[in-house]
Amino acid sequence: MSGVEGFMYPNEIALQWSVLIVLYPFITGLVAGAFILASLERIFRVDAVAPTYRLALLTALAFLLVAPLPLQLHLGHPERSPEMYFTPHSTSAMAMFGYVYLWYLMAVLVLEIWLDYRRDIVLLSQSSKGLLRLIYKVMTLGSSNISPRSLAIDDRVGWIVTLIGIPSAFLLHGYVGFIFGSVKANPWWSSPLMPVVFIFSAMVSGIAGVMLLYMAITKLRKQKIDIRCVDSIAMYLFYIFIIDFSLEMLDLVHRIYEADESFRSLNFMVHTQLYIPHIVIQICLGTLTPLILLFITQVVKLPEIVRKRIYVISGSLALIGIFAMRWNVVIGGQLFSKSFLGYTTYKMGLVTREGLLVAIALTLLPLVFLWVLIKLLPPWPEKSAHAPAAGN
Amino acid sequence: MKISRRQMLILLPAAAVAWESVMAGTPEDAPNYKLTDHWWGMLIDISKCIGCGNCVRACQTENDVPDGFFRTWVERYHVSDEDMTRPDVISPDGGKEGFPVASEDGRKYFFVPKLCNHCSDSPCTQVCPVGATFISPDGVVLVDQTYCLGCAYCVQACPYGCRYIHPEKKVADKCTLCYHRITKGLTTACCEACPTGARQLADLKNPNDPIHEFLKTHSVQVLKPQMATGAKAFYYDLDGSVR
Amino acid sequence: MSVFKDAGHLFRFAGLFVLAFLVFLVVRHYVVPKSFGQYGHYRGAAIGEIAARPVKFAGHETCETCHSDVADKKKIGKHAHVNCEACHGALASHANADDPTAVMPVLPDMAVLCAQCHRASAAKPKGFPQFDPASHYPGSPCKTCHHPHSPGIDAGGAK
Repeated sequence: MSGVEGFMYPNEIALQWSVLIVLYPFITGLVAGAFILASLERIFRVDAVAPTYRLALLTALAFLLVAPLPLQLHLGHPERSPEMYFTPHSTSAMAMFGYVYLWYLMAVLVLEIWLDYRRDIVLLSQSSKGLLRLIYKVMTLGSSNISPRSLAIDDRVGWIVTLIGIPSAFLLHGYVGFIFGSVKANPWWSSPLMPVVFIFSAMVSGIAGVMLLYMAITKLRKQKIDIRCVDSIAMYLFYIFIIDFSLEMLDLVHRIYEADESFRSLNFMVHTQLYIPHIVIQICLGTLTPLILLFITQVVKLPEIVRKRIYVISGSLALIGIFAMRWNVVIGGQLFSKSFLGYTTYKMGLVTREGLLVAIALTLLPLVFLWVLIKLLPPWPEKSAHAPAAGN
Repeated sequence: MKISRRQMLILLPAAAVAWESVMAGTPEDAPNYKLTDHWWGMLIDISKCIGCGNCVRACQTENDVPDGFFRTWVERYHVSDEDMTRPDVISPDGGKEGFPVASEDGRKYFFVPKLCNHCSDSPCTQVCPVGATFISPDGVVLVDQTYCLGCAYCVQACPYGCRYIHPEKKVADKCTLCYHRITKGLTTACCEACPTGARQLADLKNPNDPIHEFLKTHSVQVLKPQMATGAKAFYYDLDGSVR
Repeated sequence: MSVFKDAGHLFRFAGLFVLAFLVFLVVRHYVVPKSFGQYGHYRGAAIGEIAARPVKFAGHETCETCHSDVADKKKIGKHAHVNCEACHGALASHANADDPTAVMPVLPDMAVLCAQCHRASAAKPKGFPQFDPASHYPGSPCKTCHHPHSPGIDAGGAK
């Protein structure tokens, strides 16, 4: 048997969940994290991050639109996926995907973006021509009321939507953690910490992602990066990263201390098959390095240019590290036998339906969507359409 | 073959029933089958298994099991008395063509046939997002292959590794306890083919089933009892080293 | 009702939701299979469909209705509990055929067949009859001394 070491139950040898299933939580994690960053401004009144508010929302939407694609490509019968809407099984965490996704897309993200942009949309529906005019007209839902009173109502409702959006974002990504964390058959996955770790690592990736996008897009627009904004984002990134790291260390220490029947097999796997993805990439490169770099920026006063470089490096490493974490959970959880007596290997295809090229395409697609969204709904118009937030 | 008239008179009605059950379609066509009268399981006697692989071959024939996947398989354990937590286990092609000859080396050998345990608290039916896999009222965990999405969550959730995704149909597949046979009064293909009686179908709701007497007089175990799956494949003479 | 005047767009948005929900309910009514939920959260008709799959092994009781002479010989010997199809393969097609003689089972190669169970291996249970093909009359067909339906030598099974 190629690629098998030791003994595996005969049906376990081929992996069921591929790199696409690694990509899915990575994408929804970015969605949740980006939204949390947006909520920092809206709910927690962190004005410093205001320049990234609209960008964070559009980023969340761009990634959310792509999120179902890796799942559809993985399913044996994607044409049957509406069954999750018609007969969802109440004991299955996966069954809530359809409804949670739809709720988050329509009742949170689209609603919030629409409310925040409504004034711009109405103005654009009046000033643009042709197909674009039609698109904007549809988006106004036929109402051209942008009186101060209506905008104030929008702002109030938007605030409530953001407030509801925070637990909704946690649910959107936390349920994925529960999908893994509730599988008692798999000791690498089964843990009450799993949804919490997923949520915090999602916040790290989302915040790092928006920070990098803001810096890159601002550079491309040949504008000046608001360093106070980026400093603030980096600080939040640092603190949430600490929490994420602590949770993962807690899981590790607990696992090593209790050393249950799975420990010997899992420990061997982490030191051999998973050494590069887990120890080198996830922990050293993807967590410790950015943490140390960010810590330096928090305690030492460095010139702006140096800080920006560090933020870019830390943010990029953090994203790589969070992807590696998803990889190590999903793929790692399938590399060892449930008999604890053997290991298999993951053979990722190149041009197959669930192969590397598709994974890369799905990672780049949200950026394409984001580009379209930015063109359609510019986050930085000449006049800001953000309704006065005073008093609420 | 010569059959006397007398034998014919006795055998014909039995034949009629047997033939009807072989030809029958649904449980409704075999009108004697009531779902709620049965609660199926299996008894496996490790002391009798010789690792011939007949059961694996019979299952493949009966159920068109694709190559490389197994609805049932046999594992061979090779355990030393110094450390029973590190057994050597092999299952070459699921044990389908038997096992290589083993030579005596002072360590213990035995065979363990495995199949779906038809758990009464099955984790696989719990996680199915759409209700494509379920436990029937008579205790058999089945897959509705016209409804299954092929998401493979159930495959991940099974602690015993008895499920797989069918390579052509792209849906979940596994042992059905030969549901199409047991509802007609036949036994499973694996039990029919087993030459030593190591595998026996058991109907826990049937008061006359020999399993009741067996359970009262022998120590039996289930695989991975700590998972609390309510497994209904009962093993007699199962060693502690079995995973 | 000035709140409606300035919040009209919100009601339109909500209206979209309500409309979508109603469409969903209608579609659901037509799409969900009728037998779903009959016994539990699954399509009840699946049970019948699975039970209707074709049978390939006839089962020894069916064999014995015609081949009672073999059954009589077998039940007093060592292979009493070895079912017919364990050696002869799946034979429902033979049993069900209008003319069973048209669908005759192929006799298995006994050297291979017998060794499958009886070739000696330290892994097999100690009390199980085993032989070493290299030293036990190599070259001689098994049936020279062992009748497969009642193979024990001392039980008078020899030909």
